[in-house]
Amino acid sequence: MAVLNINGVSHVVDAPGDTKLLWVIREHLRLTGTKFGCGIGLCGACTVHLNGEAVRSCQLQLSDAEGAAITTIEGLDPKGQHPVQKAWLELQIPQCGYCQSGQMMNAAAFLESNSSPSDAEILDAMQGNICRCSTYARIKQGVRRAAQMMQEA
Amino acid sequence: MTKHMKDLGGATRRDVLVGSAVAGTGLVVGYSVLPHVTGGAREALAAGNFEPSLFLTMEPSGIATVHITKTEMGQHVGTALAQAVAEELEIDWNDVRIDYPDSHEKWGLMITGGSWSVNWTFDRNSRIGAAARMALVEAGANMLGVPANECAAANSTVTHTATGQSATYSEIISAGPIDRTFSEDEMKAIELKKFGEYKLVGTSVPALDIPAKIDGTARYGIDVFVPNMAYGRIVTWPTRWGAMPKSVDDSAASGIDGYISTQIIEDPTGVQRGYAIVLAETIWAAEKAADAVSVDWDLGPNASVSTADILGYAKKATADGEGFAWVIDGDTDAGMSGAATVVEAEYETSIGYHGMMEPMNCVAMEQDGVWHLFTACQWSTRCTAMTAEALGVEPANVVHHQQYAGTGFGRRLEPDAMIPAALAAKAAGRPVKLVYTREQDVMFDFHQSLTYQTVKGGINVAGELDTMVHTVCSAWATKRQAPGFLAESVDKKGKIDPFSTNGSDHWYNIPNQYVRSIENVVGQSATPPGQLRAVAPTWTMWAVESFLDEAAHAVGRDPLEFRTSLLKAVGKNAGTPPNTVGGSERLRNALLVAAGRAGYGVKPLPANTAQGIASVTSQERGSPTWTACVAEVHVDPESGEPTVRKLTIAMDVGTAVNPDGVIAQLQGSAIYGTSRVLYENITMKDGSIEQSNFDTWTPMRINQAPEIDINIIQNGHYPAGTGEPVVTVVGPAIANAIHAAVGARVRSWPITAEKVKAAMTEA
Repeated sequence: MAVLNINGVSHVVDAPGDTKLLWVIREHLRLTGTKFGCGIGLCGACTVHLNGEAVRSCQLQLSDAEGAAITTIEGLDPKGQHPVQKAWLELQIPQCGYCQSGQMMNAAAFLESNSSPSDAEILDAMQGNICRCSTYARIKQGVRRAAQMMQEA
Repeated sequence: MTKHMKDLGGATRRDVLVGSAVAGTGLVVGYSVLPHVTGGAREALAAGNFEPSLFLTMEPSGIATVHITKTEMGQHVGTALAQAVAEELEIDWNDVRIDYPDSHEKWGLMITGGSWSVNWTFDRNSRIGAAARMALVEAGANMLGVPANECAAANSTVTHTATGQSATYSEIISAGPIDRTFSEDEMKAIELKKFGEYKLVGTSVPALDIPAKIDGTARYGIDVFVPNMAYGRIVTWPTRWGAMPKSVDDSAASGIDGYISTQIIEDPTGVQRGYAIVLAETIWAAEKAADAVSVDWDLGPNASVSTADILGYAKKATADGEGFAWVIDGDTDAGMSGAATVVEAEYETSIGYHGMMEPMNCVAMEQDGVWHLFTACQWSTRCTAMTAEALGVEPANVVHHQQYAGTGFGRRLEPDAMIPAALAAKAAGRPVKLVYTREQDVMFDFHQSLTYQTVKGGINVAGELDTMVHTVCSAWATKRQAPGFLAESVDKKGKIDPFSTNGSDHWYNIPNQYVRSIENVVGQSATPPGQLRAVAPTWTMWAVESFLDEAAHAVGRDPLEFRTSLLKAVGKNAGTPPNTVGGSERLRNALLVAAGRAGYGVKPLPANTAQGIASVTSQERGSPTWTACVAEVHVDPESGEPTVRKLTIAMDVGTAVNPDGVIAQLQGSAIYGTSRVLYENITMKDGSIEQSNFDTWTPMRINQAPEIDINIIQNGHYPAGTGEPVVTVVGPAIANAIHAAVGARVRSWPITAEKVKAAMTEA
C-alpha cells in the first residue's frame, strides 16, 4: 500500500512500487485528464506537477511520488479557472484536446518560473509537448495571454 | 464517386416527421423508419417506428439537442453541423446542445473523413432545422389563435408580427402535441436562407467540445472503464503483417502479480492472421507480462520485404505498363510528338504514419448477447461489421459507443483494436481494455502507402503545356477497406482505386492528358495501406505541382503565371453547382490572393531564401476546395538544411460556417503537411517497420513551426471541406521554394538537408 497526495487529497493505492505513476493516476485512480502518449517522456501528454514542477508521469514510479504533492489537470484550479485554462478557452486552442492537459500543465509550471517570458523562451519551454493537431500557433499565443492575465491578477 | 458514396448515406428517400407523442414530452425530428407511413408523426411515435433520436430532440424547456453521427477528433464538427440546424431553426444558440449517439443502422453510413462532414450535410441539416421551425411556427400560431403566415420565429420565440403576441418554443412544446409530416418534395421546396442572410452561420461561436477539453473531463476511448474488466496487451508481432503465433512460453510472466494468461487467438477477418494477447488485472502487469512472455512465431509471407522492394516493384510495374487508365483526354501521343520541349520527372513519397496522440484502444464487453465496443471510431458501420465477423455474431449485435478521439486522420477507420479486444474478452469471459503501446501504434499503423509517380509533359512552340502523361503507383487502401468502392477504369480494362488516384484529374486545362493508376502489390501485403488525412492528393498533388514548377522553368516562364494561364474555366473545367460552380477560375483567384498576400515576386528576401507557389483542388475533383500556398524557405548553403519561414495560405471555402474553426483547421493542416514532408519517415526492413516511437519518428514541434498567414475567401457558394486540402499544398510549395532559393530540385520525401545538398551539387 502506498499513499499519494494528488490535488490535495490522499489516495491509498494498492499497486507495486514500480508501477508507472501515469498508470496509477489514470488507471487506478481514474484521473483520466492525464494522458498516455508515448511512454518514453518525449511527448508531454502525461505531464503533471510534482511539488510544483512539471514532470512526465510516465517516467516516474509510484514509489518516487510518495510524500510529494502531485497536481493533475483536474486540480490545477478548483474551478478550472487557472489563467492558462482561461487563456486556452478564450483562444479556442484545443482541437482534439488529447495533448492539451499536458500542454496546460507544462505552461502553468513554466509561468510560475518565468512570469514574463519572451516568445523564444515560450517555444523553448513548450517544445517537449507534441500536438498532432498542430495547435502550436495558438499555444504560443495562449502562454502569452496567460502570462498577461497572471500579471494583471 | 462522391455521389455514389453519398447515396450510401441512406435515409434520403423518406418523409421527415416533426412530432411529440403527448403534451409535455418534447419534440423530436427525424425520419420514419418504415417507408410509406401515412399516419403522421403521432401515429408513428405510437407505433414505435419513429426514430426519435435521428436528428434533433427538443425538450419542453426549449433546449435542443442535435445528434451528431460524426466523430469528434478535433475538427469541432458537431458545432458546425449544429450551427446549420440552429440557423434555420431560429433558436437561441444558448439553447443548443450536441451529443454523439451509439452506432445503429438507422443512421445510415457512419463514416467521418474526406473533409466531407459539413460539405455533405449542410443542406440537409439546414432543411431539418427549417422543418422544425415551420412546425413550431404553425403550432405557435395555433396557440395564439392567429394565422401561421402572419408569424415569424427568432430567438426561440414565435411572434405574431402585427400584434406582437408571442410564444416561446418552450411554451409551444410544453403545450403540444405537435404532429407534422414533411414529404420529400416539401423538404426540397423549403426555401433556405442565402449567404448574407445568416445570423449564426458564418459566426465563430465557441466550439461546444472545448470546455471539457480544458478541465480534463473530456472522455476519450482510452478513458473508458467498465466493471470487472481485465487489461489486454498484444504481444508485438515480428512483422507488420502476416505473422502468426505458434506457441507461447509464459513461465517468465507467471510470477507477475496480476498476470492472468496469454491467449493465442486467430483472426478470421485477416486484419491480422492472429494474436498473442496477454491478459492481466492491471495495465502495468499486462505491460510487464507482454515483455516477459516468449512467443514462437510463424513470420508469414513478408519477412524479407524492405522499403527498397516496395519501391522496386513500383518502378518495374510502372515501366511494364501495368495498371489502368483514370484519365484519357485528347491525344497524348500526338501531343508529345509535336512538343517543342519535353519535361520528364519521377516523384516519390515515403511511407506515412498517422501519429495520433491517443494510441489505438478499445474496451470490449458482452452483455446479454450484445457486444459493446467503447472507443473513438471514424467508420462505425464497417468496424462493427468486421468485429461481428471476428466474433461470429450478427452485425446488429455489435454496438459501437462513440468517444472523443485523440485525433483520427483516417486511422480510426480501422477495426484493428476493436477486433482483438473483443476476441480477448470472448476468450477471457469478461470485459477487456486493450491499449496499443506507442511502439505498436507506429509499427502496426495502416500506413500511408509509399508512392512512385512519373510525369511527362509536352510543351508546344508557344510555350504552352498541352500534353501530360502521369502514372501513379501505390498500395490501394480502398481495395482493403471497401473493394466495392473500386472504380471501373476509363479504358474499361479493370478496376482502380479512385481514392489512391484522386487529384491527378486536376483542374488545369491540358487538352491531351493521360493518367494510369497502378496497384503496388508488394506494398499492399507488407504495409497494409490506410487512408491518411487528405488521402491521394497528398501524393498526386505533390507530383502535379512539383512538375508544373519544373515545366514552367523549362520554358522560362514564371510558375504563378504558368499556372494561371492554365486555369480558364472552360470545357470540363467550367464547373457546375453546387460544389464546383465557378470552375477553375476559383483556383486562379486563390493563387492570386496567396501571391498578393505573400508579396510574391516583390518582397525583398535575404540570400538563399525564396518563395515557391503551389495550388490544389483536394480532395476529389467533384468536391474541390480551391487552395493555394506561397512558401518562403531559407536554405543553409553549407548543410542544405531547409527552414520554412512562412506559409501564406489562401482558400476559397465558399461559405465558412464557423470561420475561427476553419482557421484552426488550416493552421493545423499547414503544420501537419509541413511536418510530413520535412520530418516524417517510415521505412521497412525484414517485413518490420524500423521506427517505433517519437525518438525515431520525429514530428514537428512548436519551436520548429513556421509563421502561417491564413486567408479565407468567402463568396457565398456551398461550404467546402477545410480539414485536409492544405496538407497537400504545402509540400510542393516548399519544394518549389527550395528550388527557387538554391536551384535544388528534391523529388522525394522526406526533404532532408542531405537531399537538398545533393541536389544543389547537381544543379
